[in-house]
Amino acid sequence: MIDLLQSPWPWYVGGILIGLTVPLLLLLGNKALGISSTLRQICAVCVPADIEFFKYDWKKQIWSLYFIGGILIGGFIGGYLLKNPDAIQLSSETISDLQALGVKDFSGILPSDLFRWSELFTLRGFILMVVGGFLVGFGTRYAGGCTSGHSIMGLSNLQWPSLVATICFMVGGLIMTHLILPYLLAL
Amino acid sequence: MKNLKYLFVGIFFGIILVKSEVISWLRIQEMFRFQSFHMYGVIGTAVLVGIISVQLIKRLNIKTIEGEKVTIMPKQFSKGQIYGGLLFGFGWALTGACPGPLFAQIGSGFAVVIITLLSAIGGTWVYGYLRERLPH
Repeated sequence: MIDLLQSPWPWYVGGILIGLTVPLLLLLGNKALGISSTLRQICAVCVPADIEFFKYDWKKQIWSLYFIGGILIGGFIGGYLLKNPDAIQLSSETISDLQALGVKDFSGILPSDLFRWSELFTLRGFILMVVGGFLVGFGTRYAGGCTSGHSIMGLSNLQWPSLVATICFMVGGLIMTHLILPYLLAL
Repeated sequence: MKNLKYLFVGIFFGIILVKSEVISWLRIQEMFRFQSFHMYGVIGTAVLVGIISVQLIKRLNIKTIEGEKVTIMPKQFSKGQIYGGLLFGFGWALTGACPGPLFAQIGSGFAVVIITLLSAIGGTWVYGYLRERLPH
């Protein structure tokens, strides 16, 4: 059993369980799956700074802070207690493409040669982690949702604006991966 | 205490995100290079299960555990979904994470991602600050 839990779960197991989170949250208390709104929540609680966008009754949305606290704990359980002892079974093409761009570590979920503290002080690491994070927070709020709020929840409820958003997420990712990242990783 | 159940849903969700490897920068790269079905399989299956669940809830008029009618706010279209969507796409390919996975990456041991998360919170704050001046 523990072997089964430690080995990576196939796409259909992950997909079904992520999909079931949608009805689970709806039936537990009419909550729509969505995580980027929690970042707004954190701004409203910590640094509202008299900005209209952060003046709302965030206490009504307090459940989402419990939810992200859970994700943090779940990440720990999945990453330590049920840790996959082997490297991710990536496509060999991806490995050779990324090796050609200078990525060395394929043993974990993130390449530790790119994502570590000392890299923060290089231009490459700063762009990957700090600029990347900024774009995630700015972009998701501007778009009114992220992969969970739009691509999973919005599409589940057949919302066409969520389809527009999802297509734009993909287009943005493709532009970054194919046109910008090769130069960035060479820095 | 009634919020505690969402902590458990979050734990469940976080474990799945790690075990299905969707929080992996490497898997996201593989997806944007169209070199594996994995990510498309996860997202596609999740959407399919979500659509079927929402349709069942609506058609069978299934109530919440507290007996309320299930209501889902419709998403309003704005140009933000295009501009913001593209910007988030750039960030997704850079960090290998959406907001949910950021928390799961930190939990799974990549403490440096706390910086990425703080920057994402900063990005949300700057959006709030500039909101009136941005095209929507």
